[in-house]
Amino acid sequence: MAWVNAIVQGILLGGLYAVLATGLSVGFGVMRLTNLAHGDMAILAAFMAFSISTSFKISPLVALLVILPGAFVFGLLLQRFVFDRLIGGDPSLQIVATFGLSIVIQNGLKKKYTADTRGLNLGKLATRSIRITKGLTIGVLPLITFLCGVGVLVLLALFLSRTKMGRAFRATSDDPDTAQLMGVDKRRVYATATGITMLTVALAGVLYGAKSSFDPFIGPATLIFAFEAVIIGGLGSLWGTLAGGIALGVAQAIGLKINAGYGELAGHALFLGVLATRPRGMFGKLDNR
Amino acid sequence: MSLLEVEGLDARYGDFQALFGVNLSVEESVTESIIGANGAGKSTLLKTIAGVLPPSAGDIRFDGKSLVGLPPNARLALGVSLVPEGRRIFPSLSVDENLIIGAHSGRKGPWTKERIYEAFPLLQPLAKRSGARLSGGEQQALAIGRALMSNPRLLLLDEVSLGLAPIVVKQVYAALPTIMEQGTTLLVVEQDVNQALAVATRFACLLEGRISLSGDAATANRDAVTDAYFGMSSVKKDH
Amino acid sequence: MATSSKVIRSTTASRVFAVVALLVVIVLATVPKWADVSTVRKLVDLLILIALAQMWNLLAGFAGVVSVGQQAFVGIGAYGMVVFVNNLGFGLYTSIFISALVAALISIPMGLIAFRLRGSYFAIGSWVLAEVVRLAAKANNSVGGGSGASIKVAGYSAASRSQNVYWIALIVGVGAVALTYALLRSGLGLQLQAIRDNEGGARGLGANVYRTRFVLWVVVAFWTALAGATFYTKSLRVQPDQSFSVVSWTAPIIFMVVIGGIGSIEGPIIGAIAYWFFRERFGNSPEYYAMALGLLAVGVALFLQRGVWGIIRRRFDLQLFPVRRRLSVTTEEKVSP
Repeated sequence: MAWVNAIVQGILLGGLYAVLATGLSVGFGVMRLTNLAHGDMAILAAFMAFSISTSFKISPLVALLVILPGAFVFGLLLQRFVFDRLIGGDPSLQIVATFGLSIVIQNGLKKKYTADTRGLNLGKLATRSIRITKGLTIGVLPLITFLCGVGVLVLLALFLSRTKMGRAFRATSDDPDTAQLMGVDKRRVYATATGITMLTVALAGVLYGAKSSFDPFIGPATLIFAFEAVIIGGLGSLWGTLAGGIALGVAQAIGLKINAGYGELAGHALFLGVLATRPRGMFGKLDNR
Repeated sequence: MSLLEVEGLDARYGDFQALFGVNLSVEESVTESIIGANGAGKSTLLKTIAGVLPPSAGDIRFDGKSLVGLPPNARLALGVSLVPEGRRIFPSLSVDENLIIGAHSGRKGPWTKERIYEAFPLLQPLAKRSGARLSGGEQQALAIGRALMSNPRLLLLDEVSLGLAPIVVKQVYAALPTIMEQGTTLLVVEQDVNQALAVATRFACLLEGRISLSGDAATANRDAVTDAYFGMSSVKKDH
Repeated sequence: MATSSKVIRSTTASRVFAVVALLVVIVLATVPKWADVSTVRKLVDLLILIALAQMWNLLAGFAGVVSVGQQAFVGIGAYGMVVFVNNLGFGLYTSIFISALVAALISIPMGLIAFRLRGSYFAIGSWVLAEVVRLAAKANNSVGGGSGASIKVAGYSAASRSQNVYWIALIVGVGAVALTYALLRSGLGLQLQAIRDNEGGARGLGANVYRTRFVLWVVVAFWTALAGATFYTKSLRVQPDQSFSVVSWTAPIIFMVVIGGIGSIEGPIIGAIAYWFFRERFGNSPEYYAMALGLLAVGVALFLQRGVWGIIRRRFDLQLFPVRRRLSVTTEEKVSP
């Protein structure tokens, strides 16, 4: 039964990874751009939630509501001033520029908050749990996180399939030049995509901070989890991102159960195994160019 | 004033110059065919008009207004629509969605999704089919329909017969008169001389980036066209 | 009129530079004889930085392979010393070389997996692989587990060690530059330039892009580990989080190369010297230094692309390491009778 418990925890964790990974998926799918500072931006959001909730004595979830619109605007600015010059260009410049951002954010956070670990205090919510059967209890927070993961993907899927801008996203992802011929403004699409990505990043950051303690340098670890979830699930597939996140979460949970030091390694092992044997991932559609 | 005026147009791909001082004038509601061999510069001409390729010299005026510097989506808003070479259907979108995105610019006019399905009946049963799973002829019909959804004043057709079986080409060209009835101006690029002259009012021949011949399609002298197409001086006929 | 043409490579500037460089290296070789220990240590740092920068640039600037995982090989070099010197009792200096060989071997399966990805995804993939090596080292108690180990140098006098490490660092640093230069002047170099200019075209002409990149990946792994092992033979304390650290190793490497000028041999040298020099000045606020470098790197990536050397090269049409081939055509007047 303890194993079932572990696997369930892994599945719920997968929801968090799915939120983290969605931003990477959108960025790569629409713009062929990978932001190495993705994880650091999530942690930045966690620190902002920390500052806001401690200064104004409000719950971090309420702080999140304040952060979200700011995150969207941040995304628009990020696209306008940084990503716009990188899209369609030499990938090494993308890597270098976003890596540089990553280091700037990490060190900026360290300067402001010191290297101490922090946590987001959700009060009673953090400890509440639901008892499913004997031996199996689910924490309310992990459940909410998982539902957020599913929710984000459902919203994104609806957005892509039902809205005018969503269609423009898909067309731009297929063929940006022909999309322009249809009247689609590439730059507006990219800006919106980055804005949406930053929304998911902010949400992921706050959920992460609620679940575990964080420090200024933990961003890259979250980037790696997001990345592994995308690769395991397969590029180009939204539901693959959820499946990948869950697979990663479960692998880590199983690893943790075997030995307290093996959690991350088990996840890496799964990732490497997928790369070695089935590089397209579970539901992959795109080339990982 | 012609709807489309191209003046002294030069275009290059890096070091390679594809167009040399091209002059072209197309009146509204006229169907103009651009014919020429592979590599003559026909597609290049359409791409510069559509805004996909910037010219290195010269001007393009649409309804009196210069288009140079405007991106493709801005030109579409003015009424210039390109059916690109190779069709370029969006594989992630269904047939229906491909048509819907054609109307992204929101231009009003006679063409609606229903009218497109009427004009291209072969698309009707395929509405939900993914754009990735269409035959060449279906793609071509969809590409034209998609361009029409923006209710263009000037429709640019780039090599619609390329890669299609002759019977399919006939079907595609059979739809053109319906488009012409709406008063749309057509600029048709074609390698197939017969097809080009059959559908057009006026024609121009491109040879290695220069206009070598132009005139009315109905009175075109086939020999002159052949010469202008291949660039040979008249071959004396043996009696 | 008769015309003759030949392919020339060196310019006046490069010939002058060659002489100057040789003199500099000779002077550097004598340093331990007259400089104090602290200066020697600082120069070791510089030489290691130059080596690391050249190697990363060889991969990223010339082969188009951008890795954010080179810290793996620095760490393997470090841990190699622990294993071979502490656990197996090999000689100190031979262990540096053996550690580098081990790194080259390990880089092979790493490369086989990583090269299934391209571009940014390759970059993150290389990072993940480095993480795996780090976690594996951290979990292994025979090399000190989470707290690491110190390399045992009991049998070596501090003075001789300081000298020998310096000379090894000199070989590693200068050797990295020489190796890069030699590679670029060879047929391999021509392939690389072709691939960089037009990958599709180069493939069409028969260049085996994959194999070329893979060979360089292994060579770079070897030399990076060589540099890492040498560094830790100087500083002695090996710890998993520090020896495999992105912040301590990869970030400076990337910044040095990008700011100095990616894709040239001169650039990384300039970047390394500048980084090393200014690190002293910012000693008290490493975070601000890192942020400044990060912002500078972002700025270069967005606006300058070819870094400081790119500006110099464009302005003065200068190339100190002659790797370009130019066609020189001379026409002679024929004397008519």
